[in-house]
Amino acid sequence: MTIATHIPVVGSRPPRPDGADKVTGRARYGADFSLPGMVWGAVLRSPHAHARILGIDTSAARAMPGVLAIVTAEDMAESFSADVAAGESHVDMQDLSRNVLAREKVLYHGHAVAAVAATTQRLAKEALRAIRVDYEELPAVLDIDAALHPDAPVLHPGMFTRGLPETPSKPSNLASRLVMQKGDLEQGFAESEVIMQRTYTCASAHQGYIEPHACLASAGADGQIDIWCCTQGHFAVRSYTAALLGIEPASIRVTATEIGGGFGGKTTVYLEPLAVALSRKSGRPVKMQMSREDVFRATGPGSATRITVKVGAKRDGTLIAMDALMEYEAGAFKGSPAGAGAMTIFTAYAAPHQRAVALDIVVNKPKVAAYRAPGAPQAAHATECLLNELAAELGIDPLELRFRNATRNGTPTVYGATLRDIGLQECLEAARAHPHWSAPLAAHQGRGVAVGFWFNHGAQSSASVHLVEGGKILLQEGTPDIGGSRASMALMAADTLGIPYTDIHPMVADTASVGYNDMTGGSRVTYATGYAVVEACRDLIASLRARAAAVWGVDPARVEWKDGTATDIEDSTHVLGLSALAALSGRMEGPLSGQGAVNLKSAAPSFSVNIADVEVDPDTGASKVLRFTAIQDAGRAIHPDFVEGQLQGGAVQGIGWALNEEYRFDAKGVLENPGFLDYRMPVASDLPMIDTVIVEVPWPDHPFGVRGVGETPICAPMAAVASALNAAAGTAIRDLPLSPPRVLSAILAKG
Amino acid sequence: MAIHVHSTINGQAAEFLCEPDASALDVLRDTLGLTGSKEGCNSGDCGSCSVLLDGSLVCACLVLGAELEGRELLTIEGVAAGSELHPLQQKLLEHNALQCGICIPGIVIAAKALLDRDPSPDETTVRFALAGNLCRCTGYDKIIRAVLDAAATMRDSAGAHA
Repeated sequence: MTIATHIPVVGSRPPRPDGADKVTGRARYGADFSLPGMVWGAVLRSPHAHARILGIDTSAARAMPGVLAIVTAEDMAESFSADVAAGESHVDMQDLSRNVLAREKVLYHGHAVAAVAATTQRLAKEALRAIRVDYEELPAVLDIDAALHPDAPVLHPGMFTRGLPETPSKPSNLASRLVMQKGDLEQGFAESEVIMQRTYTCASAHQGYIEPHACLASAGADGQIDIWCCTQGHFAVRSYTAALLGIEPASIRVTATEIGGGFGGKTTVYLEPLAVALSRKSGRPVKMQMSREDVFRATGPGSATRITVKVGAKRDGTLIAMDALMEYEAGAFKGSPAGAGAMTIFTAYAAPHQRAVALDIVVNKPKVAAYRAPGAPQAAHATECLLNELAAELGIDPLELRFRNATRNGTPTVYGATLRDIGLQECLEAARAHPHWSAPLAAHQGRGVAVGFWFNHGAQSSASVHLVEGGKILLQEGTPDIGGSRASMALMAADTLGIPYTDIHPMVADTASVGYNDMTGGSRVTYATGYAVVEACRDLIASLRARAAAVWGVDPARVEWKDGTATDIEDSTHVLGLSALAALSGRMEGPLSGQGAVNLKSAAPSFSVNIADVEVDPDTGASKVLRFTAIQDAGRAIHPDFVEGQLQGGAVQGIGWALNEEYRFDAKGVLENPGFLDYRMPVASDLPMIDTVIVEVPWPDHPFGVRGVGETPICAPMAAVASALNAAAGTAIRDLPLSPPRVLSAILAKG
Repeated sequence: MAIHVHSTINGQAAEFLCEPDASALDVLRDTLGLTGSKEGCNSGDCGSCSVLLDGSLVCACLVLGAELEGRELLTIEGVAAGSELHPLQQKLLEHNALQCGICIPGIVIAAKALLDRDPSPDETTVRFALAGNLCRCTGYDKIIRAVLDAAATMRDSAGAHA
């Protein structure tokens, strides 16, 4: 038998295994599942930004024919065990419960108060109107200054600021104060020849996934529960739902449907516990889906921020001291990404004296959710814009300023870790070498450059591979595929097993069909789940070698696995391929499979450099991105098309945040733009092609050298675009978004 | 009272009952089980439910189910000929132009509407033709390239048959 030599496929660009379903409409997303006997759930939402709930009267709604169940906070568990598997971040179940259904108080306009199940969607909505809620309206706290005012109304009477030297004597809206520091700041500023301090703000922006949250839940008479939902983490849905309703996690099976975007916004639960509670009460499968307005009012967004940065430098541009006060709105419950922002704000720079102070502040707005590199884009906007201002002040090329100060392997960070195996210099070199950097600009055009940084995450993933009759491989993983990760898994499996890419059939398995997996988040899937897939393939190879050895009656040490085939190194007539080994299973020790499970403690940090050209119309303040180049270290690009896609998509989300996107609230805390017409995300005609450069500095802790790539792309664009726009307009606007009215008024103000 | 509607959907006679205020999108998804058209906004802003109504590009969420009476509708489920993908679908796959994929049914329909009337669009034309179809994942780059590539392929194929 001739053995076909396996040509490595990692680094190639085949079509994704799930692609045909997605271009033909066959792929099933969160709202595409239905069951016999299914009824519809709907959510009653608060008309006030802040109010005490005096009473909820559901009797009239309950009496309506066709209304099958109603749930309020009383139906949720009262207390929670401290340990809930929550992936990357700590989740306070008490808060999560109160976000899913308000208890005692509503804390934002749109906050869920009750849910009903009825035989039709129309009836469910009518039933909501029949529920009477008595509110005592309270003054709403709508921004950072209002929240931190000594006389501010307090959202949570039991919340005392954490992280202060002394525990405060009274509650406030400041959930925590976190300080990170290295070196001696005072000494650093004393040694500096130039000191510059500026304050930058970013509006709250929504993740903007096109698919609204949706789920279907079915509770059986035996207590077994099935959930189908669009989520970034079906194991997290299991954990959260179990905890919130006081159910054993093992009694819940969650199937992750195809997911229509998440960007961090689908790492928590909103509907799933309600659908389960309604299904348990009604005995019927319950389907729920949010409207776009619900999505805007009651999910996401990313934090609004105010960041004051002060830097001290030598006249030659050497950075000596960097200090930041980072104020992040958390929305109605603590947990903004201020801390993560603080860990990223100065990490790209080697300045010896650094401090970042992060404030987590609650306000009467929707609880923020993770949004792609949570906390980092706002932080990078502040630091990178300031460095561009400093470069102009000192007369130094802004890219040269980065070269002079870029952090290197072995440099300690403000958060204590020491970086290693990073690719920042390589990204900067790629930027300098790129024709974009030296291309000419016309009048009213400007160029901006910025550096982005994100840690990336590892953590827990499991995967299984099964040899199927015919010799092909079924690959089960447990991290929902949002951006083509099934293709990356199949590529890594193919090269590990030495077989063609198309011989691998990857699937995202439900929580009852594969081992535990943390969420699709933290840019961890290709890294950690990919690692688990490689381990599973190695496990299978060990079994295949042992099986072949048993067939030949030889020592397994003599059996080599190469090019998808077992061979005996001492007897060339001994050759067994996958299909032959599969066929022998029934006569030997049974089915062949492999398991991989990892908990990766190390994260592969990644850096990016973005270059943006922006043109401004001085008569209207309207702007247009003319050219954009995204450069990023991917470690190793398993599937370069999907890596480029991450760079391009992240760039455009950042462009939207820089130029147009913002949550606008009225004086009573009602979101004024809860739709895609008024919340203006970039459309195709707004944009140029997004050029990409993938830098590959392999991460040594991964079998293929992978670094996560999903989040870093959104870190630098806001600063790059804002700096370019200010250069084009001759302005110094430090507040995002740079919407035409804001730009025009700045142009007019400078005369 | 429900309205009795007869129409042609993806070349097949379709008959259904719908409430007077039900949208064509509700009918497609909840009555006929054609879930390929997606609801992203229900206000005509995202284009995820793009369909061709008598050959014209519309958002199914902005058309009433009752308006389908006597008319022909093409949805994403009717674009491929059996297992043979339309060149647009093929090129979107080859360029790996989709990430989450939820916008893609609408993109395919809107791009088809463009290429049906203009077989040789330039990049700007494609960008404006797809300006009503929101994609949050890709930044549109690979989608635009795929549509331009599909147009070229279709022109070559039409030329070869001429």
